[in-house]
This record gives sequence, structure tokens and C-alpha cells, in this order.
Amino acid sequence: MLNSLTLLMALPIIGSIVVALLPKTKETLAKQVALITTLIVAGATIAMAVNFQRDNVDLQFVEKYSWIPTFGINFAVGIDGLALVLILMSTVLAPIVVLAGWNEAHGGRWSVKVFYILILVLETMMIGVFAATDVFLFYVIFEAMLIPVYFLIGGYGTGQRSAAAVKFLIYSLFGGLLMLASIIGLYVMSGAQGGHTFDLQALSQLEMSSTTQNFLFLGFFIAFAIKAPLWPLHTWLPDAADSATPGTSVLLLGVLDKVGTFGMIRYCLTLFPDASKTFTPMILVLSVISIVYGAFLAIGQRDLKRLIAFTSISHFGFITMGIFAMTSQGQSGATLYMFNHGFSTAALFLVGGWMISRRGSSTIADFGGLQRVTPVMAWSFFLAGMSSLALPGMSSFVSEFLVLVGTFTRYPVHAVIATFGIVLAALYILIPVQKALHGPTTAGNENLSDLNLREKIAIAPVIAIIIALGFYPSPLLKVINPASAHVIAQMGFTDPAPTNGDK
Amino acid sequence: MEFTTPVLNYTLLSPILILLGAALITVLVEAFVSKALRPITQLSITLGALVLALVQVWRIRNEQSMTAAMGSVIIDGPAVLMQASILIISIISVFLIADTEHFTALAASLPGSDEERQAVQSGNQVTEVYPLTLFAVSGMLLFPISSDLITLFVALEMLSLPLYLMAGLSRRRRLASQESALKYFLLGAFSSAFFLFGAAFLYGYSASVTFAGIRDAVVGSGGNDVFLLIGISFLSVGLLFKVGAVPFHAWSPDVYQGSPTPVTAFMAAATKVAAFGAMLRIYYTSFANAQWSWTPMLTVIAIVTMVFGSLVAIAQRDVKRMLAYSSIAHAGFLLTGVIALNKAGLEASIFYLFAYGIATVGGFAIVTLVRDAAGEVTDLNRWKGLGKRSPWVATAFAGFLLSFAGIPLTSGFIGKFSIFSAAYESGAKSVVIAGVLSSAIAAFFYIRVIVLMFFTDPVEDGTSVEIPSALTSLSVIFAMIVTIALGVFPAPVLNLISDLATFIR
Repeated sequence: MLNSLTLLMALPIIGSIVVALLPKTKETLAKQVALITTLIVAGATIAMAVNFQRDNVDLQFVEKYSWIPTFGINFAVGIDGLALVLILMSTVLAPIVVLAGWNEAHGGRWSVKVFYILILVLETMMIGVFAATDVFLFYVIFEAMLIPVYFLIGGYGTGQRSAAAVKFLIYSLFGGLLMLASIIGLYVMSGAQGGHTFDLQALSQLEMSSTTQNFLFLGFFIAFAIKAPLWPLHTWLPDAADSATPGTSVLLLGVLDKVGTFGMIRYCLTLFPDASKTFTPMILVLSVISIVYGAFLAIGQRDLKRLIAFTSISHFGFITMGIFAMTSQGQSGATLYMFNHGFSTAALFLVGGWMISRRGSSTIADFGGLQRVTPVMAWSFFLAGMSSLALPGMSSFVSEFLVLVGTFTRYPVHAVIATFGIVLAALYILIPVQKALHGPTTAGNENLSDLNLREKIAIAPVIAIIIALGFYPSPLLKVINPASAHVIAQMGFTDPAPTNGDK
Repeated sequence: MEFTTPVLNYTLLSPILILLGAALITVLVEAFVSKALRPITQLSITLGALVLALVQVWRIRNEQSMTAAMGSVIIDGPAVLMQASILIISIISVFLIADTEHFTALAASLPGSDEERQAVQSGNQVTEVYPLTLFAVSGMLLFPISSDLITLFVALEMLSLPLYLMAGLSRRRRLASQESALKYFLLGAFSSAFFLFGAAFLYGYSASVTFAGIRDAVVGSGGNDVFLLIGISFLSVGLLFKVGAVPFHAWSPDVYQGSPTPVTAFMAAATKVAAFGAMLRIYYTSFANAQWSWTPMLTVIAIVTMVFGSLVAIAQRDVKRMLAYSSIAHAGFLLTGVIALNKAGLEASIFYLFAYGIATVGGFAIVTLVRDAAGEVTDLNRWKGLGKRSPWVATAFAGFLLSFAGIPLTSGFIGKFSIFSAAYESGAKSVVIAGVLSSAIAAFFYIRVIVLMFFTDPVEDGTSVEIPSALTSLSVIFAMIVTIALGVFPAPVLNLISDLATFIR
């Protein structure tokens, strides 16, 4: 019973219905229900991960129900190592977000209840989007999940929240509609070649001319490049991250943007292997630009939230580069990177959010000497920062290293330029760390309170995961490696140099 | 000269006959029933007739006949589906029309005259809107089943003339309403003339006014192709005017804005179904083999219509005008179904028409609820903060807008997906790309309204949301349920459509 993806998707929805039925005044109860629901979902996902057969590259936990037979659409779900890792990340992050942002919903336009309903509905979609094996189902969830995020940013954010929400929505819808055109193309072609279907496996067998493949690939890729934000389609992200609550930002950057990079592997590479090869040089250049550009802009930021957003653009550049390096190490590194980035960004946003809400300002210059006043908070931020700059011993180091090694074997120049991103990362993290945490305590910071018990409980697992996976990433890599190798083999690539990927 | 007695199949024609009979009765009711009982009597008869007609349509759903009225009408699957859609849309529109608050007490009186004041003071509300509605609906039922150009023209006038009058019945801003009625009438009369001109050329081409005769001539390609081209072009002008495609759209924003909102809802939703029904039939049967002479023209019109509608809608500040331009854009999307010229295109168009029609009535039903002391408030700036004032009304409106925008899990998405895939399948990729891009543009202004309602603080200017009457609520709730149900679980309806949707020739 625990091994049903459909059930896993249903759990948060059930939780949201419970929350919806609560009276408006019972705010704490709504929060508790949301927390318990997300904890149960996280537990169920971990149980599922335990039962996952690591060496089996086929889809597991497959379920399929007819949905719209007229168009050959099924409600079909199933996961491989890649999807499992991302679902695990999403469902583990969800209770942390709920617990960390316990009071986030209070400044919103609507009641606290609505906030948690949106979060829970979003969680269902986060699981569904990674689990879907029917392209139509994927698209439906891909688009539908914009709506709760839109209301989360626009309803509970700060500053120019409605403008940011609209910008986010319009960008995403535009990309989504391009993808819809490509999906229609696939659907029509499948009809000509043995019956209308949206089954991912069947669609990957389609015969198509290289021109068609290129166009359809672009439809998908642009949608994903907007999501994952790749330069020059990234401009919505800093605004959205700036306006959203820290919890929403974690879900947005940590999980939703991963749908983009996940989609590149699952849909772009699988469905259009030849077009992927054609566009690889261009995409690698864009990735390298993202890495360097994101890093430079992060260095220039005065606002903490925008800084974290730009670091993410740089990191997404690494992930995209790893994916399109077309080596199994690059693939594994990129997948691991997605997981790690989820947690290191979560740590940065959550601790950053606490700092901002205590100080009442998100300008870095307003902080100073926090290490003396609020040691736990300061150390948490420090560790989160170290993870973001990929310090050895932190989980992101492993993934960044794998990506760079995987890229270097095939595209040395790109890898070398990208390495500068690491140097820049040290700058963009160490500057705010120095300004905010060290030095004399500046005026206005003397009376800040340190993390309370709830916040400590929320941040502890994140930091634990970051450090644990830094030293011992192999449980995850054992799940990821077979899936990555499978993708690369399907593309018809072999790794250029002998590798020794398992550490 | 020998005279053949016409043979009519009354069962197959019964939906139309029921409505015409009821229309005549409601005229008598207007004359003889006391004014206290009049509204409720009219409403009961109208709804009763519409429901009865719907039941009748359902009972003949598997019938096929070319001879129901001496070869003037065709009863087949698509006909039944179109008629059923029109009737369902009409029923929920009549729920809105039942609110007499929207209609002038005495349409014959001059705006601002003593006569008008007297009528208002004595509470003497005339109810001519009911017979007009019934006449219009019977014309709409006839339009998509006509199988010769004469019947088609009669049906066109039968549905148009009552609508011209209904557009002028508004209680508030009567001058604007009458202006819109006159505009609608004049432009409609022009387009009818074009239609007749085209019909004459088609007769010249094929020596026949029946669809089957024209089809035979096209297949045999015996006639003068210039006549055929002129005929198709001018006939199309008449039909494109009715669906509000660019460049024949100019009437729609003014008429949508000036008409009483329940009439706008009815007109926007039901007329589209009827007009596209007729258009699909004539293009899919008579002109199918002359595909190459009209697809390029229609492709250009479709692309221009969707792009223009979406772009101009962005600049609108009035909710009814915005919905008018959005309906122009949707006319463009629907034209892709005509261009597709395959069974998938026909099925998709029928689904789209039904889904769009229902959501349109729902959307306008919401518009009737937002009022101040002087009547409806259609200025979008005054819709600010509606989500705070009345969350459910705003949520429902947002739902309809999302369906118009084609967001997944709403009926609009399934409609858009099916119609674009049908067009892609037929090779009309340019239309699909234009459609997708203009959907992106269109999404922008739908979302802007959602932002206004939910993310902007309300202004205190007397705008309030009326507590909906039972019938209005019913219509909104029904429209909402259909919009969501067709988005989440469209399989039963799609199956029904795919079983029935084949034109007989």
C-alpha cells in the first residue's frame, strides 16, 4: 500500500481538504495538519526509496489508468532513479518549509488556511510532475502547478509581489504554450505511426525528420530553460525570489525550477536524442554564460534574497552543463546537483529569511556582527553559504566536481571557464558572510534574537543532510548512477575516458 | 403544374416546432396575462419549451435523415450535438434573462421620456424578451441543420432579427443600447446582403441551391471556378460576420457592451455555436473538395483574428469589451477547426463550442452581479479587490477566465488542445503556432483581471456584489461544474461527440 505513487499524490490533497474544512480561526490547527501531512508524505517517500530497486533501470512503481481514451491519454506514473531522487528531495523539503515558515502566512492577503491549502496542493503536483510518464499528464501538472505558486507569491509575498507573480506566470505560460505546440506535434506524429499515444516510452520510438525533431526539441527546451532559468530567460527569477516568502522561494527554486532540468533529461534527451546533440554546443555556451553571469550578478547584489536568486542561476548553469555534457559522470553530477542545490538553497533562504524578518531589512549592509549576537543563526548561515560555494566536505562539492569532471572529458574549454564560477562563488558567498556575520555588531543588530527551538529543529535536518552527503554521497549515487548511465547509453554515447564514478 | 404535398417528419423537426409554438404562446401571454403573473408565466413557458426541446433532441440523437423537410434540413449526429449545445446554453442564459432588472420597462418608449417614467413607476414591465429569445433559439436550431442556401438564409435572419431587437432592450444606458442595436442591425443587414450575393453566385456555379448539389458540382468541377470562388468568398463574409472574425468583427465590442448583459451572454455563446455549426457543415460537405480555394483565405483570417483579438483585448478597460475581444480571439481558434477539415477537427470544434459557450455564459453571469447604485459596473478599475469583497464570485470569474486562457484542468484547455491537434494533423502548422502564441498573449489580459481582483486593494466607490438570485447562482454553478468537469474528466463527452460527429451528405 505504501508503494503507490497515486496514493502518495493523494495524501497531500487529502490533507488540504482537511485544512479546508477547518474553521478559519483555528490557524494553529491548520499548520499542524499541514505539518503532519507533509511528514507522513515524507515518511512514505522514504519507505518507497527503501523499496526501490537500485540496479533496475526500468521505471518502477508503475501505475496506469485510462484518463481520456479519445486522445489516448492515460494517468500513468512511474519512477526511475532520477525521479525518485527529486521526489525524495521535494517531499523532505516540504515539512521543513512548513515548520520553518510557521508564521509566514500571517502577512498575507488571505487567511493562513489558504496558504497551507496551496502548499499541500502544490506538493501533490510536485510529486506528480516528476512521476508522470504520460506526456500529457506531465504537461497538465507542469502548467497547473503555476497557479498555486502564483497565488503563494502574489498573496503572501512582500514588496512588488503581484508584479513578480505576474511576471513569473507569464514567462512560464509562454514557455508552456511552446511546449504544448511540441506535444501536439508528437501526438499527431504518434497517430501517424501506430496510434495516438502520450506514453513517454512509445513516443521515444517515433521516427521523425531532423527538422521536425529540432523544432519540437526547441518547444520543450525553451519551456524548461525558462523554468530552470538559463540565461537569457532568467529575468523572472530574481523578482519572484525577492517577493516570495522564504518558504515559497525554497519550493520555487528548490523544487519547481528542478522541473526544468529534470525535463531536459526526461523529455529533451529521451525524446529528441539527435536534436539534443545538434543543440548541445549552443546550450553549453548558454550554461557557461549562466554560470559566470549569475555569479557576477550575485557578487553585485546588495539584497540578500536577490543574491541567493542569482547564485541559483549560476548553479542551474552547472546543472544544465552537466546534463548536456553527455557523459555519465556529468549526468550523475547534474542529478546529484539538483538534489543538493535543493537543500543548500533551502538552508540559505530559510536562514536568510529568519535574518531578514528579525532585522526587518533584506539589505546585506544592514547586518553586521551577527556571530556575536546570534551565534546559532550565524553559523547556520555560514554552513549554508559554504554548501553553496561547494566547499569540500559539503554535499554540493561532490556534485559540482562530478559535473566539472564529466564536462572536462568531452568539453575541456567549457569546463575550464566554468571552473571560474567556483572562484566567483567564493566571492559572492564570502562577501555577505563577512559583512553580515563578522566584524563589529552594527547598530540595530544588538538585540536580535537567536534561533528558537522550532527553527533549530527545522534547519537541523537540512544541515545534517548537506554534511552527511558531503562525506558519504554513495547511497544517492547508487540510485542515480544506473539511471544516468541508462540515459547516456540510450543517447548512443559512451564515456570518453575510463571513469571511476562510484566513490 | 403539378403540386407535390410537402412531407414533413415532425419528430425530427419537433425541437424547432416546440420552440416556435412556445414563442407564439409567449406573444399571447404578453397580451393577455395580467402583469403580476406575466414574468413567471413567461419564464415557465420558455424554460419548459427549451427543456422539452432538449429532451426531444436527445431522443432523436441516433436518427439520420436528409428528408426531414423535403431536403431542406439534415438531421445527423453533428446536428443533434449542435442543437443540444445551443439548447443547454440557452437554458442557462434564460436563467439570467429572468432577472428583469436588466431590461427596459417599455422598449417602445423614448429614453428619458414621460412615457418611460410612467412605465417604470407603474411597474409595468413588458416581457417581450422571452418570445424574442425563443424565436432566436429556433433560428439557431435551424441554422446548423439547413441543407440548402435558402433555408440557411431564412435561419440566419430568424436568429438575427430577434437578436437585433434584444440588443436594444437594456434598462440602463438605453441610448448606448439602442445605438448598439442599430449598429448590429445595419452591419448585419450588410452581411446578409453579402451572403445572398454569394448564394446567387453559388447557384450560378452549380445550378443548385442545395449543399448536395453544390458538392456534386465541386466534385465534378464542371462549373465556372470564378463563380465558385466569388460564391465562397461572399458566403463566407456573411458567416464570418456572425462569428465575429476579423475584419468583420467591428460590431461585436459595441454590441457586447451596449446590450443587456444576459443578452450578451446568450448572443455570445449561442450564436457562435449556431454560426460555426452552419459553417462547419457547409465547408465540410459542400466545399470540402474545393479545399485549396478557401483554406489559404481562411488560414489568414484565422491567424489575423486570433492575433488581433488577443492584442486589442489587452488595451480594454471595460470587462464586457474585453470579453468581446476575447470572443474574437476565440473565433480565430475555432476557425482552425474549420480549416482542419477532418473528423478530429469537427469533434474538436463541437467540444470547443460547447465548452466555450458554457464558460461564456458563466462569465457574463458574474458580470451581472457586480453593481453599484446605477446598475452594472463594467469598468475594470472598479473591479479591484473583488476577491476580498466576495471571494467566491471572484474565484468563479477567475475560473472562467482560466478556462478562456486554456489553463489545464479547465474545459478550455481540452478544447484548445483538441482543436490545435486536429489542425496540426491536417498540416496547418502555421495556424497552430499562431494559435499558441496568441494564447500566450491572451493569457496576459486574463491574468491581469485576476490580479485586479485578487492582488489589488478594493476602492470604496459604492461598487458592490449583488447577492445572486437563485437562478443566476444556478447558472454560475452549472457553468463552473461543466467547466471543471470537462477539464478534468472530459472522456464521456468526448466519447459521445466522437460517436455522433459525422456529417451525412
